[in-house]
Amino acid sequence: MLQLFQFKGGVKPDTNKTSSVQAPIGRAPLPPLLVVPLHQSIGGIPNPLVEAGQRVGKGQLIGSADKWLSSAVHAPSSGTVLAVEERVAAHPSGLPTLSVVIETDGRDEWIERHPVDYQALAPERVREILRDSGVVGLGGAVFPSHVKLTATKSVAMEELVINGAECEPFMTCDDLLMRERAEDIVRGAGIFRDLLEPKRVLIGIEDNKPEAVAAMQAAVQKLGENFAVIAVPTRYPAGGAKQLIRVLTGKEVPASMRSPEMGVQCFNVATAYTAWRALAHGEPVLSRIVTLTGNVDEPRNWEALLGTPLKDFVTLGKPKTDTSGYLMGGPMMGFEMPSLEAPLVKATNCIIAASPTLFPPAPPEMPCIRCGACAEVCPHELQPFEMYWFSRAKNFGKTQEYNIFDCIECGCCSYVCPSHIPLVQYFRFAKSEIWSREREKAMADAAKARFELRNERDEREKTEKAARLAKAAAAKAAEKKATPEAGNETAASEAPVNADAAKKAAIAAAIERARQQRENVQPRNTDGLTIAQRKEIAEIEARRAPLQEQTALNAESAEAQSSQREKQ
Amino acid sequence: MVFTTPPYLSQNVSVQRVMLQVLAALLPGIAVYVWLLGPAVLLQIGIATTAALFAEAFMLKLLSKPLGLFLGDGSAIVTAWLIALAFPPLAPWWLIVVGALFAIIVAKHLYGGLGQNPFNPAMIAFAVCIVSFPALMSQWPPVDLNTGFAEQLALVFGSSPRLDAMSGATPLDALKTALKLGEGSASVASVVADASTFGYFAGKGWEWVATAYLLGGLWLWQRKIISWHAPLGFITGIALLAGALWLWNPGQFANPLFHLFSGGAMLGAFFIVTDPVSGCTTPRGKLIFGFSAGALAYVIRVFGGYPDGVAFAVLLLNICVPLIDLYTQPPIFGMKSKQ
Repeated sequence: MLQLFQFKGGVKPDTNKTSSVQAPIGRAPLPPLLVVPLHQSIGGIPNPLVEAGQRVGKGQLIGSADKWLSSAVHAPSSGTVLAVEERVAAHPSGLPTLSVVIETDGRDEWIERHPVDYQALAPERVREILRDSGVVGLGGAVFPSHVKLTATKSVAMEELVINGAECEPFMTCDDLLMRERAEDIVRGAGIFRDLLEPKRVLIGIEDNKPEAVAAMQAAVQKLGENFAVIAVPTRYPAGGAKQLIRVLTGKEVPASMRSPEMGVQCFNVATAYTAWRALAHGEPVLSRIVTLTGNVDEPRNWEALLGTPLKDFVTLGKPKTDTSGYLMGGPMMGFEMPSLEAPLVKATNCIIAASPTLFPPAPPEMPCIRCGACAEVCPHELQPFEMYWFSRAKNFGKTQEYNIFDCIECGCCSYVCPSHIPLVQYFRFAKSEIWSREREKAMADAAKARFELRNERDEREKTEKAARLAKAAAAKAAEKKATPEAGNETAASEAPVNADAAKKAAIAAAIERARQQRENVQPRNTDGLTIAQRKEIAEIEARRAPLQEQTALNAESAEAQSSQREKQ
Repeated sequence: MVFTTPPYLSQNVSVQRVMLQVLAALLPGIAVYVWLLGPAVLLQIGIATTAALFAEAFMLKLLSKPLGLFLGDGSAIVTAWLIALAFPPLAPWWLIVVGALFAIIVAKHLYGGLGQNPFNPAMIAFAVCIVSFPALMSQWPPVDLNTGFAEQLALVFGSSPRLDAMSGATPLDALKTALKLGEGSASVASVVADASTFGYFAGKGWEWVATAYLLGGLWLWQRKIISWHAPLGFITGIALLAGALWLWNPGQFANPLFHLFSGGAMLGAFFIVTDPVSGCTTPRGKLIFGFSAGALAYVIRVFGGYPDGVAFAVLLLNICVPLIDLYTQPPIFGMKSKQ
């Protein structure tokens, strides 16, 4: 048996998991309308590839990865695109996000699928396929998986951790997936193993899921893999990547480092599952297992299509009449869905019907009595009460001294606070204030740099102009003196023209470089345009092209004339 | 929809529950105290509680803070009980009222109220009164004084002359005075042989009160209301100094056990240095805070002019809390190897 380690802190809330594991995973019925947001992962916003009125097949690419850190999005079912427009997002803000609205035709017709033998492909190609299949971290962070599948060159990969801990209360989607589809998960873990080449593969599952542990062990054995399936003590947040890595390997990955730099990488079980489906079956990520539980009559796990509006999904569980809202994610780190129109997305692992009795409103906030309960449960061993104190005082420098950016917002501190202080909210406030101040500072610095550069340039140009004038005056004087020697004339006048041209070219090159740099840094307003918008732009460009050519020609002839005049 | 914030779950804890458990942990000590000295103890607790709650309500009103929320948190009651237990049980009623008012109004609310006071309010009350009324604060009745409730009532409310018999000294004070008067001829052994003042291992009767405080404190630790660091530090601070001096000269210095179960040591170890608001917050800080307070308390009680030193020691250490906390910050997750 592998030696396990401990992470400090953590809490043990009631798990509330039993009610939703009684029934097997159900297949959620096809909703009449699918609202598929294009931005469903960390990173760049995928570019829409379809337009209103277009027919799409199940699995058809509708949003292509914008850059390397981005992930593709597909039509979850066949039907007609009604619109590509802003729709309310599955985000606490409720702000709209560009989404593809598909009216399903009920036939659920696949496009042609292309299963591949990934072992025959170059690793680079495998990563590309994963990106284009929309494989992202399904534990809730939705980080594009292909980006995590490159080992650091300097550090040998020692452990690959497959995360089946599922520490959030109420949530059972990974549990059921492991019970029912263990083999595909293990095969998916095999892909990650082949790409990262770690020494060991460790599958961590909280010990309150004995059925999942048994199923995974059986699958590992059946497939003849040497993966270790390990039951870890049930304690929130054992399923946090850094906590699970700590428990299984003893390594503590600080906030300033990425785990591969310490020779370890971590993936969720559902991510491994989708990676296998993407490669071996050619099925991009179109659906996911979502736990529907809480204040409902029939709690259960459903395989639901991405883009299913919340209102269609929740009826499956028959919510009780006193349901006051729906949480997405677990009760510790989740948030309240802004609207019943908001769709299920890749990050939606759990929907909990909330009621005032299930989640009573927090009692009034009292002053902090410095009891230190928060520090005791903090899995990152921070001093939350100190960070709270300084956040409240808006002394953000001090909050950083107390390592506020190491906070993972797991909510353990708020959970145990006898004064009922919403500590996590204070920390989020402080973090966003710090970010916005840093942005402002960066902008001010850039403006200052621009200003100084311009002054310098003005200065330089002035001196250059003076030098040129002086030179020209000198040349004229010399010319007057040496009018008879006509043979030298052309050579003397050609030299400055050449020097001028070189300078002009250098300036043009510098401007081009600066423009490219700007474009690399700043998101362009031409990102994430709909097909219609792009078409419009293309038309405008087409109209402009002949005109531009004309102007260019005109300019050229004008220049030619002027140079001729100069020569004359 | 109502906009609420995660986490949506919370443990069933509150400031009130914390305070109520502290009060419950004091009950065994109070019970033994009452059994030894009679109902006067309860009378003093009642007076202190009334005065403290009155002061609390007055200040909350004055500062327009929510009355119900803060009056019900129990913190003023804890302060009041600690004052009542630290003061002489037959002290005149107004003395304890002055203590309670000063603790709540000055030491607590003028510094910002609950959670903001840098000094332990109960210890401020004790320090203010022992400096202002040293004679009254030193009148400790012997535990076998058989007085009825009526007589105690008359004493506390000042309608009866204060008898010399009731103005004895604490065992700690008795030992110190005897050793000083004996000028080297008296030894600890001969002094503590006096069975009217001294018991099995500390002051007669008082040793059992202290034991009950210890039990209550252990219960608090078991309930995770307090951590072990500060009490252990405090006890070690007293025991280490007392032990060293006792080993060096057992004739002139009482043993560590005597010191731990005399005066305010046990009350201090589990109910005073564990005050989260005015104490240290980091584990190492708590140890340093407790140890220093214990050592200082021993120095003051043995070499100083006051019968006991817990209050002054704790107040002096309260001043050092921000500094100790600053230099004892534990390393965070992932940063341990670098420290």
